[in-house]
Formats: sequence, structure tokens, C-alpha cells
Amino acid sequence: MTQLALVIDLNVCVGCHACVTSCKQWNTSGSAGPLLDANPYEKDPTGTFFNRVQTFEVGEYPDTQTVHFPKSCLHCEDPPCVPVCPTGASYKRKEDGIVLVDYDKCIGCKYCAWACPYGARELDEGRKVMTKCTLCVDRIYDETKPKEERKPACVMACPTNARLFGDIHDPESEVAKAIAERDGYQLMPEWNTKPANHYLPRRKTEWQQAAEASLSGLGERR
Amino acid sequence: MQATLGSRVRGNDFMNPAFSVVFLTTLCGLGQGLFVMTLLGHIIGAQPRYLLLGSTLAFLLAAFGLIASFFHLGRPERAWRSIMQFRTSWLSREVIALPVFMGLVVLYWLALRSGSDSALVIGIVAFAACVALWICTGMIYTCLAFIQEWASPYTMANFILISLASGSTLALCVALFSDWGLVHLLAYLSVLLTISAGLVRGASLLRNAQLKPKSTLQSAIGIANAKITQRSMGATGGSFNTREFFHGQTMAFLRSIKWLFIALTFVVPVLLLVIALNGAPSFLVLFAMLAQAVGLVFERWFFFAQARHPQNLYYQVVS
Repeated sequence: MTQLALVIDLNVCVGCHACVTSCKQWNTSGSAGPLLDANPYEKDPTGTFFNRVQTFEVGEYPDTQTVHFPKSCLHCEDPPCVPVCPTGASYKRKEDGIVLVDYDKCIGCKYCAWACPYGARELDEGRKVMTKCTLCVDRIYDETKPKEERKPACVMACPTNARLFGDIHDPESEVAKAIAERDGYQLMPEWNTKPANHYLPRRKTEWQQAAEASLSGLGERR
Repeated sequence: MQATLGSRVRGNDFMNPAFSVVFLTTLCGLGQGLFVMTLLGHIIGAQPRYLLLGSTLAFLLAAFGLIASFFHLGRPERAWRSIMQFRTSWLSREVIALPVFMGLVVLYWLALRSGSDSALVIGIVAFAACVALWICTGMIYTCLAFIQEWASPYTMANFILISLASGSTLALCVALFSDWGLVHLLAYLSVLLTISAGLVRGASLLRNAQLKPKSTLQSAIGIANAKITQRSMGATGGSFNTREFFHGQTMAFLRSIKWLFIALTFVVPVLLLVIALNGAPSFLVLFAMLAQAVGLVFERWFFFAQARHPQNLYYQVVS
């Protein structure tokens, strides 16, 4: 069974937000319908985004790292948002595992957002329906596009190639290999939602490895 | 640019209660409790006036609850769709159980009016619908495993006991105007149920005070470092995530709401009822009912405001 997903490489994400803006651009002009963009130049700008890049500081000075952390719907294999939906507007596609919202069936009760531990769903306050990442379902199957462009907009936009896209159930896929080889992990495993999206952890640079090796070498000599 | 969410500071990151849902659950609960007390009156041979008045009020309260629920919806004109997923969704089941309960109460009322012998049987079927509605309402919150404040049998026990307690206090007021023979029984019942509801609510408050969140910033972003600080949530303004899951009140405000609802829902009604039972004028009972009704709104607001949603780990800092 196919399970499409994103694999996000935290080792190379530079926090440029290109995935955020390309996502908004594609989805606000695509079949997802317009996404709210209220007060863009005023005091309290707000709006709907399917993808956000957050920034965390990890560690204590001077040993700190800045981690840029893109977050969108994780297309869980056991999505808690789907069974709670009273109308069936929230569903998970059997053929490719994408979790979607049927905007024509959604009544805007927000129960699915309560049921998502990741805050991946945002009620569009313009259209009053729940919205979320579609993995650019209206793009990845578009046969009018050249094959190499049949990827989510965020993946196309990423300048550092921090976003991989593919079928995590296919062991030969780029994403499955990346998860296996680089210890790809899931967010909040404690709730057994089995997110399809995975994250690749930071890696130590050769310089760091060399420095640590020489330090431990010093320790041995003493 | 970096700022905390105004008064929305860490440790104070809880859901923003929706008054539509507060009124839905309190009004329906009150109506359900009143209906149970009406049926109890029926079984022990109360005056028809009490039964008619009680079931009328129970229906109206449930109807107002249903109306309140529409204000929660972004697209109320599509509300009918919410009966579709009863196989998986407790919310869908509640949407079915509530009108079924209301319809059966109407049938019960009609049977009473016409003096039909089937009234009691219809009443018992309506009671079954009432129990089903309690279970659905309770499970809507209990089934969300990661909202740890709600994912406990206390949620259901509180909903049912508070519904019965407030229903019996209201039934007592109804009896004052329709059947004095029931007044003493209902007064004792109301005291007993209010004390039980208060004890269970107190136990749930103690449980929630000791909860340890299972999700941490470490599990949220998957980095095993003891010190992680958010520097940006990815937006300079607010978003749905900051408006829906943060109420923005201070801890002092939360604490005062807690003591207010404990006093108004449980302590004041019991005191007034005990005083009334010892020979004071019976209008005190009306004040007991009013205090409890207002207290219920605070109690339910607090129930929502106390819920700590793990998504808030991702929304600690604006910039």
C-alpha cells in the first residue's frame, strides 16, 4: 500500500520560508480554494497556511544550535482527526494515504483540530471550513506537468533540498532509504498516530567530529 | 521581533472555551437531569401538572442547547451532514441522540396530555435516549487521548452527576409550583446529588492538578536536548492555532473562576437547600437553582479552559 509523505532534513533546512510561501501561492490559487490572508499590511496580520517554519534554539550557550523546523500535516497512518469528523469531510485516501478535507462537506466544527496533537489543521476563517496540507494532490498527479515537477510545491521550492517526497512504504524509494539510513523519526510517537512524514536529525559536521576525536584523544593521553 | 503572546505566557497554555459549547453542554445536561427527575415523579405518582411542566422545561432546555450548538459551526447550513459518521464519531452520535431524546420527550408529553397508559413506557425509552446522550457527550471529550485533562472516566461522571444535581434542583423549583408532595424528596435528592457531584468534581480537579504532560518540546520536535527554547512560531501575527488553543487569561483569573464555580455550583445550593429544609422560606430554593445554573456556566468554562493541548508546544513565541 502506498503512503506518500514528506521527509524533512533538519540538517540542511536554513529556515528561508520558501516552502511556506510557495505552498500558500500554489494552494491559494489551486483547487484548495483561496486561503485567508487578512490584514497583510496592518497591525495584526493573520491567515491560513498549510505549512509553517518554526525556529528553536537547542542547547545552552555557548553550545547552542538553531534548528529550523518546518511543520505541516504529517498524514498520519492512524490519523486521530479522521474518525472524529461527524460529516466524513475528513478522510484518508486508501490509494496513497493522503489525509484530505472535503471542503464542501466540512461544517467547521473544529473537532478535528482538537483531535490533532500537532496543530496541523487551521480553520480558514474566511471560508469557515477546516484546511490543511494536501501534499499538493492537485499537482502531484497532474499529467500536463513534466514528471520531475509532479511534486508538492514546497519540495520544488526548497533551495537546500531539505524536503524529500515519495512513498515511504516502498523500500526502494528515496524517502524510505533516507529514513532507514539517516534515522528518520516521527513527531510525538507517544500518541501512536504513526505520522507518515518523517524528520531527519542533525548530523555532526566533519569539523565537529574531528574536534571531538582530538579532544577524546587528549583525554586518553592524560 | 519577539514577544510572548501578551498575557499568554508559558504554563498558561490552555484551550479557549467556546461559549456555544459551554451552553450546549450545560443546557442539555440541565434538561436531561430535569427529565430524569420528572420520570422519577411519574414512577412515584406525582401530579400530572408536575410531569407536564417538567417535561416541557426539559424539552425547551435541550432545544436551547441544540440552538446554541449551531453557533459553534462555521457552516451551520450544513449541520445536517453531521449525522453521517455515527459509526466512528461520538460527535455524530451526539447529534443523533439529542434530537431523538427531544422527540421522545415530546411524545412523552403528548402521551401525558392525552392520559395514555403508554406514557410511562415512552418515558422509559426517553430515559434510555437520555443515557445515550450522556455517554455521547462525555465520550466526545474522553476519547481525545492526548488532552489528558479530559481523557478520564471523571469527564463522563462529572457530566452525568452535575446534570442530575442541577436537574433535581430545577425539578424542586418546578415542584414548588406544581406538586408540594414532591418537595421534600426532591430537596433531599438535590442536596445528595449536589454533594456527590461536588465530591467527584473535586476529585477530578485533584487528578488534573497532578497530571504530567506526556508530550514535551523534546517529543514535539524530536530532539533529545534538555534545553530547547522556541524562537519563532513562524508567524508575526496570531493564527487559528493561537486563537483556538490559548484563552489568554492569567492563572489568577483561572483560579478565581475555579473557586467561583465550586462555590456557586456546589456549596451555595447545598447551604440554601439545607436552610430551606429547616423551615426557612421556600423561595430560597429558587436562589439555590439560580446560583447553581450560573455556577454551571463557570464550571463548564473551566472544564474547557483547563484543557492543555499538545499543539501549544509549537506555539510558544510570536515572531
